[in-house]
Amino acid sequence: MGEKRQGYHMVAVRVNEQLGTKKNFSFIHKASNLRILGCWIVLMLLISSKVYDDMNDEQKVRRKEVLVSMCDQRARMLQDQFSVSVNHVHALAILVSTFHYYKNPSAIDQETFAEYTARTAFERPLLSGVAYAQRILLSEREEFERQHGWTIRTMEKEPSPIRDEYAPVIFSQETVSYIESLDMMSGEEDRENILRARATGKAVLTSPFRLLNSHLGVVLTFPVYNSRLPLNPTVNERIEATAGYLGGAFDVESLVENLLGQLAGNQAIVVNVYDITNSSDPLIMYGHHSQDGDMSLKHVSKLDFGDPFRKHEMICRYLQKAPTSGIAIQTAVFIFLIGSLIGYMAYGAGIHIVKVEDDFNKMQELKVQAEAADVAKSQFLATVSHEIRTPMNGILGMLQLLLDTELSSTQRDYAQTAQGCGEALITLINEVLDRAKIEAGKLELEAVPFDLRSILDDVLSLFSEKSRQKGVEFTEEGHIFVQVHLAEPAKSVMDVKTETFLNGESEGIPKSCAARQFNTLSGKQAADDRSSWETFKHLDDEFLYDASSNTMNDKNVTLMVCVEDTGIGIPEQAQKRVFTPFMQADSSTSRNYGGTGIGLSISKCLVELMGGHMNFTSRPQIGSTFSFTVEFQRCEKSAVISVKKSLSDDLPTEFKGLKALVVDGKPVRAAVTRYHLKRLGIQAEAVSSIRTALALYAKYGSLISNNEKLPDMFLVEKDSWISGKEDGIMHLSNWGQNGHSYKLPKMILLATNITIAESDKAKAAGFADTVIMKPLRSSMVAACLKQVLGIGRKIQHGRNVPNGSNGLRGLLCGKKILVVDDNLVNRRVAAGALKKFGADVQCAESGQEALKWLQIPHDFDACFMDIQMPEMDGYVLNHYRNYSLVIMVFFSTFEATRLIREMESKANVQINGGFLNEGTTRKSEWHMPILAMTADVIHATLDECLKCGMDGYVSKPFQEKSLYQAVAKFFESKPVSNPEQLSESWRTE
Amino acid sequence: MLGLSVDRLRADMNRLLALLFHQGVLDEQFLQLQQLQDESSPNFVSEVVNIYFHESEKLLRNLRGLLVDKEFSDYKKMGIHLNQFMGSSSSIGAQRVRNVCVAFRAASEQNNRAGCLRALELLEYEYCYLKNKLHELFQIEQQRILAAGVRYPQQRQQPNNP
Repeated sequence: MGEKRQGYHMVAVRVNEQLGTKKNFSFIHKASNLRILGCWIVLMLLISSKVYDDMNDEQKVRRKEVLVSMCDQRARMLQDQFSVSVNHVHALAILVSTFHYYKNPSAIDQETFAEYTARTAFERPLLSGVAYAQRILLSEREEFERQHGWTIRTMEKEPSPIRDEYAPVIFSQETVSYIESLDMMSGEEDRENILRARATGKAVLTSPFRLLNSHLGVVLTFPVYNSRLPLNPTVNERIEATAGYLGGAFDVESLVENLLGQLAGNQAIVVNVYDITNSSDPLIMYGHHSQDGDMSLKHVSKLDFGDPFRKHEMICRYLQKAPTSGIAIQTAVFIFLIGSLIGYMAYGAGIHIVKVEDDFNKMQELKVQAEAADVAKSQFLATVSHEIRTPMNGILGMLQLLLDTELSSTQRDYAQTAQGCGEALITLINEVLDRAKIEAGKLELEAVPFDLRSILDDVLSLFSEKSRQKGVEFTEEGHIFVQVHLAEPAKSVMDVKTETFLNGESEGIPKSCAARQFNTLSGKQAADDRSSWETFKHLDDEFLYDASSNTMNDKNVTLMVCVEDTGIGIPEQAQKRVFTPFMQADSSTSRNYGGTGIGLSISKCLVELMGGHMNFTSRPQIGSTFSFTVEFQRCEKSAVISVKKSLSDDLPTEFKGLKALVVDGKPVRAAVTRYHLKRLGIQAEAVSSIRTALALYAKYGSLISNNEKLPDMFLVEKDSWISGKEDGIMHLSNWGQNGHSYKLPKMILLATNITIAESDKAKAAGFADTVIMKPLRSSMVAACLKQVLGIGRKIQHGRNVPNGSNGLRGLLCGKKILVVDDNLVNRRVAAGALKKFGADVQCAESGQEALKWLQIPHDFDACFMDIQMPEMDGYVLNHYRNYSLVIMVFFSTFEATRLIREMESKANVQINGGFLNEGTTRKSEWHMPILAMTADVIHATLDECLKCGMDGYVSKPFQEKSLYQAVAKFFESKPVSNPEQLSESWRTE
Repeated sequence: MLGLSVDRLRADMNRLLALLFHQGVLDEQFLQLQQLQDESSPNFVSEVVNIYFHESEKLLRNLRGLLVDKEFSDYKKMGIHLNQFMGSSSSIGAQRVRNVCVAFRAASEQNNRAGCLRALELLEYEYCYLKNKLHELFQIEQQRILAAGVRYPQQRQQPNNP
């Protein structure tokens, strides 16, 4: 039963699991019910009582069996003894017939009989005495009386009346000598007995009666025949042959007493012997008619005393009532107790299980609540942070506005502080939001093909502003250095290295080995030995282009990215908790360097989300190296191709074959620059100083005859330039002046940050071409180089032919256009718009500057001029007075236009004059289209425009269509004049 | 921003732009300006707008200086300033600022000093509003570029995340 309950329990638990928190009433719950316990106990009570009954019944049966056997035994013994006595009487009868009747004279008289019977009395212990009565017929009475000398008397000792026959006792045992001469046939019962006995020839018994000694007894009568009977005598023959009767009194009571006395256990039972000849009125022969004893159980045994006429039976019963069975009671009680105990235990277990189950449910609910709370927390953070950010934008914007107004120094200080705090707050919120997103599991990863290099470029550009602010770049003194390796090859090297490093043997690493690469890059010299740059490049190529042909078959590529820096490092004791959110190295870190200490934990989360590991090494005052491994999947070949395509889109190929000279005193920096150039297909060479560069260039110059290609560009690092300023500038400017016949290399300045003054200086020094701001990005470098070298536009043009705006693009592409506007904003917008259509745009701030640009000869194809320009100032007037071209004191846009036209007409006159004979062949003359730009188009203004020599106008927000219309008539109809040719001719003129 | 998807940021941007257009703060010229931005000049719009802010503040300062001056009479100079302001405003598509400028210019042509002062107040207000909104816009755009650049996976729509 216990097992069964356990089974219920298991079922219940399973169901509970399935139903979750839903409450269900299982058997267990029922088991814990008190009513069930009560029923159980009642059931046990019933069972135990049944057991008791069974045991009791069994005992009763056994008792009855015992009684039966005892009773039967007694009856049998009684019967045996009785029959023995009867046999003796029979023997006596035969004796009498033999010696009294067959002997003549009789051999027996009273004395002999008395003597013999007395001496053989031990054989008849039940018979109180025997007597012999002779059959005397009425005819023989007188003879008989005379012979014996006494008269026959009746039982009442009276002289017998006359009857047919008599049976006077002639012989008697001494114990019953008082019945001598009594006629036995005078008593009614005796007479019947005698008649029955002589008819049957067997012993016959009377019904019981009180004997003289007041004991109950019966009288036994046996017939004695005087002659030998035939074998099967009839009744009459028997009667005829009857000579007398032998009788004896049976003392049944003492007989039974004796008998019982001989048997054990006689006290336990009560024995009654009945004569049931008359079944309706049984006569008691032995025992009391009392009701004592156990009346519930009795046994009746038949007794056969040899008299077929009489029937006897023995009834036995127990003297005492059946004793209650101790064993049965004990067993029943035991069973009951055990059962109750089991029930109680089950009840207790049920209660316990229910309790545990309730607790379990409660705990589960709590768990769900806790989880929900956690999720809610993250969601709350995610939501609220986002909601906070929106007003924060307003706060920061307004603070910026406030700062832009005129403030006292104190106010400015306050406002700046507030702005700084606001920015710190929004950074914190952003980071918390990130972390919350990750924790809330809302960040899901998606596999997208990517180009490693462009990603790195992107990342770099994201942080370019920050790094620029902090002045961090790739230098030996302070830098951030990012590497990517295939994890496997890098790891082996690294492990060895890390081991030695951890063993404190880093000092022992030979410098020469390290010097081969970037020595003392960071606290972890392990990075140095890895042939970092070569490995990177190799990996890059392999990863991007040889993915399919790679022998490695597994789809995953594990990359390791290291970010190294030089700096203060992380203190040893803080290294353990670097990845814990909101933990920083120490409390001063935040104050000194900003940040909230959540970035690293977010990074770690992300890396782990992508199945990688992140770790770091750091040494205080030397620097830190953070590295992480991330497993990527190789993308499909088609995807690779598409990536390649986009890559080639990103990185133009037109620089292929160009040569560059990088001037940088620091090899690491130079290597980086070289790498970027290499990616563009430019062959780069690094030299440490300008002087070396010049020497090299000179060498090239001397080798020009050997078809050696000269460098197309010089990339000079700002530091090198400044350090080598004294002699460098001279040389550089010299280049510009004593220009050889071959093309001069382009001068490009590389700078991390540059002030306006510096840039001016640089321009003066000959870096007019461009300044490239660091950190370098391939796409940016490409764009700058394009600008410098003047290539790319054609390519762009070619590519964009099928595009919709090709008309305008084709029209404007390659055209040089002057934009004149005093408003900087407008200038930028107009220039941007025109640039977009492929034009080469030059800006001028004022009419005066425009005039300067448009001095003939010039190579501008068109001029866009703002209408609402303020008048020229006095300086301009003075300047132009020399040319005696300007008469007007004031002139605005219209005046400027007029002036330009005047110049043109003058030039035209000269041209036509000089080449009059050839002029017929050449119809071109100086007339540059001048278009007015105006924000509000008023027709009156248009008229004025046309009047003063302008060719048209364009509404200022450049609509592509109107622009096209305005420009088309000048460029389509007119063949492109060759300014160079013109200028040549002008010069010769 | 890491968690915010590109789409969402773009939606934010579009919403903000739509609002500005609806309010008449900006007009389609701003869109033209945006179209001018491409790979070769990735920050064209913000560059131009920053120049605009810079110039405009100078102009506003000058205008206020002119108006505050007690014996002020140089409405012509003011007109020049206003023309410039108007030109640059229409270039970037700041419609409302431009409209206020037109009103301002009308007032200055009538030598209406009180009207000028009122117009200046209004102009400053409009300018601040514009600047604020554009700052917000650029901030969102920066985040968007950031998100797009780092290529975080797209976020699934979270129904309980407003």
